[in-house]
Amino acid sequence: MLTDAPAIVTARLGQPESWTLRSYLDKGGYQGFRQALTMTPEDVSKEVLDANLLGRGGAGFEAGKKWSMLAKPRPAYLVINGDESEPCTFKDHMLLEGDPHQVIEGTLICAYAVGAAQAFIFVRGEFALGLERMTAALNEAYEYGAVGQDIFGSGFSIDLVVHPGAGAYICGEETALLESLEGKRGYPREKPPWFPAVKGLYSQPTIVNNVETVSNLPWIVQHGGKGFAALGVGRSAGTRIFSLSGHVNRPANFEIEMAKTTFRDLIYDPALGGGIRNGNELKAFVPGGVSAPWFGPDQLDMPLDQDAVGKAGSMLGSGSVVVMDDTTCMVRAAWRITQFFHKESCGQCTPCREGGGWVDKIMRRIELGGGRESDLELLLDVCDNIAPGLRWPPAKTTICVLGPSIPSSITSALKMFKDEFLVHIKEGGCPYA
Amino acid sequence: MPDIVIDGKKVEAKDGEMIIAAAERAGIYIPRFCWHPRMKPVGMCRMCLVEVKGPRGFALQPSCYVPVAPDQEIVTTSDTVKKAQDGVLEFLLINHPLDCPVCDRGGECPLQDQTFGFGPGESRFVEEKRHWAKPIPINPLIALDRERCIQCARCTRFQEEVAGDPMIDFVGRGDHTEVNIFADKPLASNFSANIVQLCPVGALTATPYRFKARPWDLDVVESTCTACAVGCRIAVQSSSNRLVRHLGVDSDPVNHGWLCDKGRFYYEAVDSPARLTNPLVRKGDEFVEVSWAEGLRAAADGLRAAGASVGVLGGARLPNEDAYAWSKFARTVLGTDNVDCQMGDGLPAEAVLGLPRATIDEACSAPATLLLGPDLKEELPVLFLRLRTAALDGDTKLIELTPRPTAMSEHAVVSLVYRPGEAATVARALVEKSDQDSRLARAAEALRGESETGEGVVIVLGRPSVAESADGIVQAAAVLARAFPGAKFLTALRRGNVHGALDMGMAPGILPGRVSLDEGGAWFTDGWGAVPAQRGLDTLGMLQAADQNHLQALVLLGADPINDFPDRALARRALAAVNFTLAVDCFRNDSSRHADVILPVAAFAERSGTTTNLEGRVSRLSQKVTAPGTARPDWMIAAELALLLGGDLGFDTLDSIAAEIERLAPSHAGLTPRLTTGDGAVVPVAARGKTSSNGQTGEQIEVNATFAQGETLMPENDPDQGETPLDRPPSASDPAEGGRPPLLRFTPPPSSRTPPPVDAYSLRLVSGRRLYDHGVLVSHSPALAQMVSEPVLRANPYDLDQVGIKPGQRARVKSPRGSLLLAVHPDPAMPRGTACLDVNLPGEGPAELIDATAPVTEIRLESVGGAG
Repeated sequence: MLTDAPAIVTARLGQPESWTLRSYLDKGGYQGFRQALTMTPEDVSKEVLDANLLGRGGAGFEAGKKWSMLAKPRPAYLVINGDESEPCTFKDHMLLEGDPHQVIEGTLICAYAVGAAQAFIFVRGEFALGLERMTAALNEAYEYGAVGQDIFGSGFSIDLVVHPGAGAYICGEETALLESLEGKRGYPREKPPWFPAVKGLYSQPTIVNNVETVSNLPWIVQHGGKGFAALGVGRSAGTRIFSLSGHVNRPANFEIEMAKTTFRDLIYDPALGGGIRNGNELKAFVPGGVSAPWFGPDQLDMPLDQDAVGKAGSMLGSGSVVVMDDTTCMVRAAWRITQFFHKESCGQCTPCREGGGWVDKIMRRIELGGGRESDLELLLDVCDNIAPGLRWPPAKTTICVLGPSIPSSITSALKMFKDEFLVHIKEGGCPYA
Repeated sequence: MPDIVIDGKKVEAKDGEMIIAAAERAGIYIPRFCWHPRMKPVGMCRMCLVEVKGPRGFALQPSCYVPVAPDQEIVTTSDTVKKAQDGVLEFLLINHPLDCPVCDRGGECPLQDQTFGFGPGESRFVEEKRHWAKPIPINPLIALDRERCIQCARCTRFQEEVAGDPMIDFVGRGDHTEVNIFADKPLASNFSANIVQLCPVGALTATPYRFKARPWDLDVVESTCTACAVGCRIAVQSSSNRLVRHLGVDSDPVNHGWLCDKGRFYYEAVDSPARLTNPLVRKGDEFVEVSWAEGLRAAADGLRAAGASVGVLGGARLPNEDAYAWSKFARTVLGTDNVDCQMGDGLPAEAVLGLPRATIDEACSAPATLLLGPDLKEELPVLFLRLRTAALDGDTKLIELTPRPTAMSEHAVVSLVYRPGEAATVARALVEKSDQDSRLARAAEALRGESETGEGVVIVLGRPSVAESADGIVQAAAVLARAFPGAKFLTALRRGNVHGALDMGMAPGILPGRVSLDEGGAWFTDGWGAVPAQRGLDTLGMLQAADQNHLQALVLLGADPINDFPDRALARRALAAVNFTLAVDCFRNDSSRHADVILPVAAFAERSGTTTNLEGRVSRLSQKVTAPGTARPDWMIAAELALLLGGDLGFDTLDSIAAEIERLAPSHAGLTPRLTTGDGAVVPVAARGKTSSNGQTGEQIEVNATFAQGETLMPENDPDQGETPLDRPPSASDPAEGGRPPLLRFTPPPSSRTPPPVDAYSLRLVSGRRLYDHGVLVSHSPALAQMVSEPVLRANPYDLDQVGIKPGQRARVKSPRGSLLLAVHPDPAMPRGTACLDVNLPGEGPAELIDATAPVTEIRLESVGGAG
C-alpha cells in the first residue's frame, strides 16, 4: 500500500522550469547546503550515517559508511556517477534533466562533508538534455555563488565539473568511470588495490556516489538523519525511486517509501503501476535491474526492502522493476538481456568477454530453432565458468560485476521456465513467434 | 620477508611481490598469459586464478594481482582452481582459429602449452567463430592476426609502459575487441618487434621470420648482440645453417629481455649474398678472387713495403680476442702505434678508459643521472629503455645536457640545451651553484641531492654530435668530474665492441688492459718483446698524414672512413693518396674500393669470442653458423700476416688469446673464461667484485681473492689544476700484483680551442645518428634497409623564416666545406641558431659539410624557392 511519506528527491519534478535556479530557489533550493555550511563536516557526515542512506546506484552500500572509509592522503576527489545506462533503469535520467540543482546541491554537501578538493559529475553521454541542463545549472550555480571560491562567505571552496561519458555502459562501474574520467579506456580496475576510497581518481582517495544518492542529501541535512531513518524499515531507510517498466499499464518512476510497500503494490496499485496491460497475468518480474535474478508471482508480496530481496536470492539493485506478462517468451527475454551484457562487456577479462558472446550465441540458437537438449546443461556450466555459484560478493573470475551479471537472466529463466526451453528445442523455434 | 604457504609448502616471499612470482621461485608454476615480470599487472586473462584464504575462507583471486602477505595460504591445485583454469582456457579457445599447423608460434606457443598442461582437452563450442581480415601489416616488420589474439595486453603495455610509443591499442569492446594500430599510423617504434616475442600466441609475427622455420627445427645458442654497445643478451637461432631469428634473453643487469628492432633483425646481413667469400686482390682496375695464400702474400708484401709508415683504422666490429690480436700485430709486427678503432666520431680513449666507470644498473638506480651524449633512443636503444624506466618508475632524476631535444627530454627533470661547442660553458654554470637560472639551479640541486660530491651520481657520456669536436665534450666532462668527484661515468659510444677494442688497446697511446703507452710500455715490452716508442696518430691524424703523403699504407679493419668519418673529403683524399690499402671486412664498401687487397672475415654468429659493452661487461659471443666461402676470423688473419712478416703473435687458438689477455692486460686480470658466461662480468673483475660484496650492483661474480683487496681510491684533487688526474679508478693491480702497470687515469687535456663567436647569419650544425642508417648491418638486411628515412634538415621555424624558407621547400645548405640541397623541416622544438641533420643517411649529408678539425660546424641556409 502507498504510505504518506514525503517525496524527498522528486518533489520539484513537474514544476514549471524545475531545472532553473529561480525555480529551485523558489522551492527552498540550496537551503540544505547553506545549513550544512554552518555545521562541521563531521556533523554532516554523522547525519548521513544516522540516515541509513543506502547507495542508490545498485550495490546498496551505506553512503555514510563509504564516506568514513575515505583514506587519509589528500587531495581527495568526489565523483558523482550519472552514467545510468542499464536497460529499464531511468531514475537518474529524470533527476539530471528535471532537478539538476538538487544534484549539484547534494554534490556540494557531500564534497563539504568528505573534504573533497574537486568534484566531478559524470553524466552518460547519451543524455543530451541532461547534460545541457546540468551544464546550464552549474553555470547558474557558479554565478549564484554556490560553487567556486569562498562559497556564501563560508571559506569553503570547491569546483565542480560536468563530464560527459563516451557511450559505454561499463563506465557506470565506478572504477571504469574513474579510468574514463582520467581519459583512458573505460576498463574496470582490480579491487584490491583499486578501492576508490583508498586509490581512486588519479590514484587518490575518491568517493563515488550515485546521482539519486546525493539528491537525498539536502533533505537529510534539513530534516536530520533520524528523520530520514524514520521512513522505511531498518536498513532500508527513506524513500526510493523505482523505475517500473514492462507490461504494466503505467510504466514510470515512482518515489515510494522503502520496505513499507510490496512489489504487488508497485505493480498493481492504481496510483502506481496500475496493473498488467490488457488484463494479462503476471509471468515474472525482474526486481532490481536486468542484472538481478528474476522473481515469479509467488514473490509479489515481498516488500521493497533491500535485505529481504537479497535474502530471497535477488537484489533491489538500481531499483528498476521489469514486468513480464504471460505473452512473454522467457527464452527471448533472457536472450535479450544476455545480448545487452554481451555487447556491453568491456572485453578486459576473458570469462566475461568470451563467455558473454558464447551464451548469447547459444540463446540465439535455442530461440531461433537450433537448440539441443544438451545446450541447457552447457548454458549453466558456461554461466558457472563466467561466475561460479552466483553468490555475493561474486567470485573473482572477473574484474568487475558485469561478468556475474550475465548469468542472472539465463539461470533464472532456466530455473523457472525450463519447459519453455524444451518446447523451443523440440519444436525447432519459438512458440510465441 | 613474509612467509606464505602455497599448496602446503612454506615459501619465503619478497616484500610486495605478487603471489604468481613467489610461487614461480618456489617451483610452483601458475599458468598465465597477460602477466609478465617486466611489466605492470593487468589481471586480464584470469588464467592465474588461485584460491587465497581470506576472512570468508578460500576464494578465487588473480595471483598476478594479489601481493603476498604474511602467513597467506594459497591453493593452486584445488577442484575450484582447476575448473576456473579449464573455463578460462575453453573461453580463450572458442574464438581462436586453432590454425596451429600453419602458425609460426606453433610448437613454442604458450596457448598451446597451457592448453596441454591445464586445459579441458575438448571444446563444447559449436558456434561460428569470430572473423577478422588477416594478416594485416602494422609496420614493415610485423604482421597482425587478430583472430589469434587473446587480448592479453602484453603488446599494448610494452609499447606504452616500456617503449613509450603507445601506437598499438585495443579497439572496440566485448568479444569484438581487437588489438590494432591507429588508422594510417604504422607502429613506428624502434622497439616494435619485442611485442612479437611477448605475444603468447601467433597474433603478432615478424615479417622476416614468417613461414621460415618450425620452432622445433631451430638450433639455438646464447650470445651477445653487437649491433650497438649496450650488449643485449640474445638467443641466436638457425635452421639449416642459416640464421633465422634473434630473441631477447632476460639479462638482469643489461637488457631485461628487450631488444631494439635493429638488433633483432640484423642477422639478415650475416646471410647476405653481398658477403665477401674469398680474398680479393686488385689487378689493374679490377678485383680478382685469389687463394688465401696469394691474398695474404699480397697483403704482407704491401705492408712490408710500407714498414712502420702504416695506420690501422677500425676494430670496433671485432671481438675482444681479435682486437687484441690486431693491437699486438700493429705494435709488435708492423711497429706502429697508429691504431684507432673510432672514426673520429667518438671520444678520446683516455676519457673513455680513464674516467671512473658506472654500470647500467648504477645509472638506473642513481639519485640523479646526467646525460651528455647522443639521442639514446637512436644510438643505444635498450639503454634508453632502461633509463626511461628508471626515470618513470624509479627514483632516478634525469638531467640532460644536450644540443637539441632528444627522445629522453620529456623524461628529464631538466633539459639544458647548449649551443654546439659550448657544452663546457653550460657545465661550468651548472656546477657554479648559481641560482640565477632556475633550471640550472634545479639541475644542480638534483645532482647534489644526496651529497655535495655527487656520490652515486652517474654521468652518461657520449658524443652528442659529430659536427662539434670531441674536445668540448671532454672539457665538459672534466668540469663535471672535478665538481662531482663521487660521480661515475657510463660511456655512451655506439659501435658494437668499441669499448672492448679500446680495452684491447685499439687507440693511439693505449695498450691492452686500459694502460697508457707511457706507463705500460715496459710491462708490454716484457710481455710482447717490443712496443713502439712514440704515441701514434688517431684516425684524424692518420687521414691527415695520408693526405699529406706522410703515411704509406692503411689497414681498414672493418672500417669505412668514407662513410663513417665525419669529414668525407678528407677520407677520400687520404685513401687516394696512400700507396697500399688492406681491407679486412665482411662486405665491400666505398672505402675498400680503394683497397689493394681485401680479405674476407667471419661475421657475427660465425665465430666465437667475447665482447665488451659500454659498462665494461665482458660476455660471450657464440658461433652458430659457418662463415661463407673461406671467410675466417680477424685474429687468424693477424696471426698469419705476422708469420709472413717474420713475426709471431704467439697464439693459435682463441683460448690462448684469452689466456694472454688475462695475463697481460691489467684491467682483465682475473677474468677467467667461466666469468664471461651468462650475464658476463664487468672488468676490472676485482673492483666490481668488491662493489658486489657491498651489495651495490647485485652482481654475482666469483672474485679472485688476490684482487679482492683492491680499493677504490679517491685521490684529492686540486680543482684549479686541470692537469691533475681526476680520479683513480679501482685497479686490479692496486696495491698488490707486482709489475702490472696502473690503470689509466683521466687527465683533462689542456684547455681546448674555444668555438668562434656566434655568427648571427649562421646556424650551428648538430649531427647524430639514426637507428636505421646506411651502416653495414642495416644496408645488408632487407627488412631493416626499408626503414631508412631520407635526410631532412630540422631547424627552428623562426630561423627558417629569417632566410625566407617556407615549409615544404628545399634549401641550399652551405658550410666552408661544401654545399647540399636538402629538404628542410621546421621544428619548433629545435633551439634557435641550431640545425639538425643526421649522418649516414641516403645521399649526401653532414660529411660533406663538416671540417673535422674545426670545433663546430657552421652552416648557412639559402632559399632556393619552389616546392620541395
